[in-house]
Amino acid sequence: MAKVPVQFTLNGSEKAEFIDSGTTLLNALRDKIGDTSPKGGCHQGTCGACSVIIDGELRLSCLTLAETCNGTTITTTSGLSESGVLHPLQRAFLDTFATQCGFCTPGMIMAAKVLLDHTPNPSRDEVVEALSGNICRCTGYEPIIQAVLLAARANSQNAA
Amino acid sequence: MELRKNYFADVRKDDLHEVGQPRPRSDSPGHVTGKTAFFADRNFPGMLHLKMVRSPHHHARIRSIDTSEAEKHPGVVKVLTAKDVPHNVYTILILIQIGPEDETVLADGKVRWKGEAVVAVLAETERAAQEAAAKVKVDYEVLPAVFDMEEALKPGAPLVNEYHGQNYYLYDSGECRKVRFGDVEAGFAGADHILEQSYQSSPIEHAPTETTGCVVAPEGNDRFTCYTNTQAMFFTLDNTSIILQMPGSKLHFVGGTVGGGFGGKVDVIVEPIAILGAKLTGRPVSFIYSREEEMQISSPRAAEKVVIKDGVMKDGRIVARKVTGYTDAGAYSRHSPYGAQKGAGHYPGPYTIPNVWIDTYCVYTNRTPSSAMRGFGVTISDFALEVQMDKLARLIGMDPLEFRFINAYRDGDMKAHRQPTEGAALIECMQEASRAANWPVAEKYMAMSSYKKGA
Repeated sequence: MAKVPVQFTLNGSEKAEFIDSGTTLLNALRDKIGDTSPKGGCHQGTCGACSVIIDGELRLSCLTLAETCNGTTITTTSGLSESGVLHPLQRAFLDTFATQCGFCTPGMIMAAKVLLDHTPNPSRDEVVEALSGNICRCTGYEPIIQAVLLAARANSQNAA
Repeated sequence: MELRKNYFADVRKDDLHEVGQPRPRSDSPGHVTGKTAFFADRNFPGMLHLKMVRSPHHHARIRSIDTSEAEKHPGVVKVLTAKDVPHNVYTILILIQIGPEDETVLADGKVRWKGEAVVAVLAETERAAQEAAAKVKVDYEVLPAVFDMEEALKPGAPLVNEYHGQNYYLYDSGECRKVRFGDVEAGFAGADHILEQSYQSSPIEHAPTETTGCVVAPEGNDRFTCYTNTQAMFFTLDNTSIILQMPGSKLHFVGGTVGGGFGGKVDVIVEPIAILGAKLTGRPVSFIYSREEEMQISSPRAAEKVVIKDGVMKDGRIVARKVTGYTDAGAYSRHSPYGAQKGAGHYPGPYTIPNVWIDTYCVYTNRTPSSAMRGFGVTISDFALEVQMDKLARLIGMDPLEFRFINAYRDGDMKAHRQPTEGAALIECMQEASRAANWPVAEKYMAMSSYKKGA
């Protein structure tokens, strides 16, 4: 299988890899680079557990070919906290008990981050809409929605 | 959170420091930072990928298996069939002396459901394993299959599972689990009304976000570490020990982090074959269900059929209940004999009924084996029972909640299994529900208590 060179910025550091052509970004991140925070729940773009942020947009890494990410900037959940200080969203997920098994959590946090980056003070409906591509099977949607709203409030207080 | 301290005030302990206090979950910091290690987050150099060749038929005899083309496929390291498995016929509950062993790790001579594992292929990449699995040739003689419990129980129905000899589980008490209390026929004879209804359910898949699987690493000295998302660590460890005929001391299981399970990860399906693969190749092995496999292969909640016949008096007392329950185990037992048994215990409901007669059957069909799922054996029972309760209340023109107050068990009442009721709080729950739902009931019911002094 042909190997292709891929370079991108992952959570602030430069990555350069030779990967098999046709490898998904999800597999490249998990198996080659060792960032296992995006999770493979369905590998067919329906569960949202593998969500990452590519150049500011929410993307499903299981449906994104790694070779198409040349020159991009990628953020995953493992890159959100800085020197041990949790991102407001991570803090809010802790405070509202918005995690149960934790498998959907990284994808949820990525979807929420893109929402807050674009819409700092979302309505509840906007939060629900933004999370609608992410499946949680431990029936935890309500605390997750509360977490995102809490993080949004914390954001606006910081800005004020 | 509001604690109602007026209930059971004279028996309440009020010096507890933990209950009602929020405590952070110890695993949450790992979840929100993406650092929690699920089994599939382990990656080992030289890891092989296992893919299963599965039966396309519901019921078929295997005439022959040809793995030669698959073995020649680039990247394939090992192909496993039934003869490679040291103790190929097993059953999960044998650990608590519930037999017979009735399920094969890899099919031997016959397949009994569509999706049954027949051949395991180990290859350098997932893709190579998949391609090679497609090259395994299995010659099947398709047999008549049975998908309906009533059909399965008819004389002359195709025999699903030879290890049982008939299409139902034989309990030590007979062909079904039985509860007998009072004289149910006398109860019906004296009842003002009789209502008999049937209820049935379909199988339900748990669909955990993380699919079932495990990653195995050989540690040298014939010892293996298995990273798994099993919900039943010691069932898995001990059954693997039996299947592979290896002492448990050679097997090191690492688990506890499960990406959703809901009972769907209590069966022992992936670990034994993955460890066997690691043992025979000397290399790490990853066996992870695809989403499609998770939905089609993993054991669902059993389909059930329930027939409930109740005798009720005009004043609201249920005087007799007769229940026949059927649990569709699919082709193999797994946890279903236990599920059917739980139903037998549950059908009286939380009600005091003087005459009870219950039979619950665990039936074999050529469907996907069912197993544990969130209160399996009692969830469908509750659905059926409570719908029946509403129908009974309507039949005698009584408020459905008041009807339940009349029949609710209270401390000291004798249950149909001849266990006196202790610590019941049903009356109090219904009083709270009545307030919360703004569903008023007569004052005499609000004055009742589950707790009887001296009971």
